[in-house]
This record gives sequence, C-alpha cells and structure tokens, in this order.
Amino acid sequence: MADNVTPRVRVPKSASAGEVISIKTLISHIMESGQRKDGDGNLIPRSIINRFTCDFNGQNVIDVTLEPAISTNPYFEFQSTVPEAGTFTFTWYDDDGSVYTDTKDITVG
Amino acid sequence: MTRKILKSAISAVALSLLAGAAAAEVGDQLQVNGDLDLVVETAAPAHMADTGIRTIYSGWVFRDADTQAMQMDDFDNPGLLYVDQGAEMWATPAGTSEKSCADCHGDASESMAGVRAVYPKWNESAGEVRSLQMQINACRTEQQGAEAFKYGKDEINAMEAFISMQSRGMPVNVAIDGPAQSTWEQGKELYYSRFGQLELSCASCHEQNYDNYIRADHLSQGQINGFPVYRLKDTKLTSSAGRFVGCVRDTRAETFKVDSPEFVALELYVASRGNGLSVEGVSVRH
Repeated sequence: MADNVTPRVRVPKSASAGEVISIKTLISHIMESGQRKDGDGNLIPRSIINRFTCDFNGQNVIDVTLEPAISTNPYFEFQSTVPEAGTFTFTWYDDDGSVYTDTKDITVG
Repeated sequence: MTRKILKSAISAVALSLLAGAAAAEVGDQLQVNGDLDLVVETAAPAHMADTGIRTIYSGWVFRDADTQAMQMDDFDNPGLLYVDQGAEMWATPAGTSEKSCADCHGDASESMAGVRAVYPKWNESAGEVRSLQMQINACRTEQQGAEAFKYGKDEINAMEAFISMQSRGMPVNVAIDGPAQSTWEQGKELYYSRFGQLELSCASCHEQNYDNYIRADHLSQGQINGFPVYRLKDTKLTSSAGRFVGCVRDTRAETFKVDSPEFVALELYVASRGNGLSVEGVSVRH
C-alpha cells in the first residue's frame, strides 16, 4: 500500500436549496507512473489512484478515471447542485486495491 | 519600491477591476485563509543600510498570481501535506528513549511558537550557531536516542515545516550580535563571494538584480522567511540550505554540502536580511 495516503475534502457546511456549490478534494499519493526506473535500472511498479467518485445521497456527482500521467497528490475542484440536505461521499480507488473514503454532511437552510 | 513591482501592482489592480470580484485579490497582500495577514513588504533592517535596498520583499511578491493564490488557502497549499506528516512524527515515539517530541515539548502550538522566527541561533552548550534542522537532529540523537534525519530529505523538511507553521505570521527576528556575530560575518562574506564558472555571488542576482529576469525567471530578493517551501517543480519541500545548493550549482560551482557549516552561516546571514518579514510557515513557489 502506498504510504501516507490521506484524503482531504472541503465542502461548505450549508447551502440554499438548488444552490451550486464548489467542492475541493485532495488526496496525498505518490502516483508512481510505472515508467520510471530506480537507481539499479529496475522498473518502479505503477502505483496510482485509478478512479475517483463523488456521490450525493446515493446519486453520482462525478466519476473520474485517472491515468498514470496525473501528478502527485491529485486535486479535484468541481461543482455540484445541492437539492436537499444530505451527505457527500468521496471514494478513491488505489491500484493496490485499497479504497479510501471520506464523507461530508451539508445542511440546507 | 522598484518601478517594475509598482507597474505589476498597478496592472494587478487593473486586472482585478476587469475580473470584477471573481478572484481573491492577488499581488501585494498575502492573506492566508481569509484571516491571517502576512507581512511581505517592510523596511530593510539597519544592517542593510549600505546595500542600497530600502525595502525588503518576500519571495511571494515575485511569483505569478496562480502560485500566489495557492499560498493564500491552506487547502490549496500542498506544503500542508508535509505539515501533517510533521505533526504525526511530533507525536510518534522514536529511538531508545521511546519518547516523542510531544513527551518533552508538549503542545507544539505553545512550545514551538516563535521558534522558527529566531533560527539560526547561537547554542550556548554546543558553542555553535545551529539551524533549526540541526537543532531537530540534535534533539533526535541526544535526547531521543534516535538516528538523525538525513539532511535534504522529506522527513527533516516535514518536521521543520511543522515547527515553522507554529510561528506563522510572526516576524523573523534572528540575532546577529553577541556570540553569533562571527558566524554572521562569515555568512555575509559568502553572500558577496562569487562562485563557479559564471562567477556569480548571491548579491549579483538577489541584491543588484532582483525584480529583473534571469532568462524566464523573475529574480526575488532571495529571502528565506517562507522556507521550507513547497516547490511546484519538485513537488516536494525544499529547505533553505537545499535551495542554496541549487543556487550555487547553477553558478556552475562545486557546492557546499547541504549540512555544511558554510550554509548554516549563510542561512543566518540571509535570514537576517529578512528580519521584519513574516514567517510564512510553509510557502509555495514554482
């Protein structure tokens, strides 16, 4: 498993119904491309986050396929409409099978 | 204030007028997280009277708007990843003592507040000027019974970043008199010594030509109040000594080692040229 993988998410605590909010996510990850060689000339195996998803109350907001060219600590900023109060669920899928998740609640008022 | 900085400040204002209220105002005001103002421009300390520099600027002023903006929000500042790593190490026992930093120093936000601002600093019992990184390693080997961190690597830079963060917003205030004076003089001499095939001294670029371009790079005053920095080109932290290595190498010289006494002296001297600027915790540069 890749070391020091920590997901971070920023979502506003509240929004008005139907408002479009901005969400920022960042996960610390080496994103080793699989193209590089170590000091002895051996290929360093690929180790990346290959998929990122965000769901709101079970409904998909964004689903991203990540490729090896994406650099260290992938960062996403995107927008979502908030029709009602609920929970955002963020999921990152690692090459090694690990799945990292984070959730954020948002109230409508 | 030099003409070009003034010009860019004016065009930044013009741009922000065009863009309306779209983005946070970038250019001459460094405010972090919308509530912490950092000093990026202030009067030069007294010892710089004969340098011709009246106003000192943080390196942040010289970077482009996107890079500046990254430092204005902790979420966008990748250096904070290392601060988190440092915080974890702070609380993790190490070495034969099986003690963590926290076991002796407690809550870093209290015990380490102001520490970064006064380093490099004379250490009475060791009889030498120590950089913050040397002090960290002294603690590890003498107190914790652990192996010293390797200079120039992520771990020590992360620890320095975490400690530095506890002083964010405080003015740099290194002592240059008393027992530290001879080291400071040595650092000053290095600053004005020309190195390498290109025969460049620190002053050639950062005193005589700051705000000009060296090829595509906008020369800063070479202030180190923002160190350790997250460099976008390296995607990792760099310490001030690490940056010195890069600078001397670029003059096509054999450099001093990253942990050499020469660079400690230089770090003290360069830090003293930034007395009055804010410690930026961990800054973002390209």
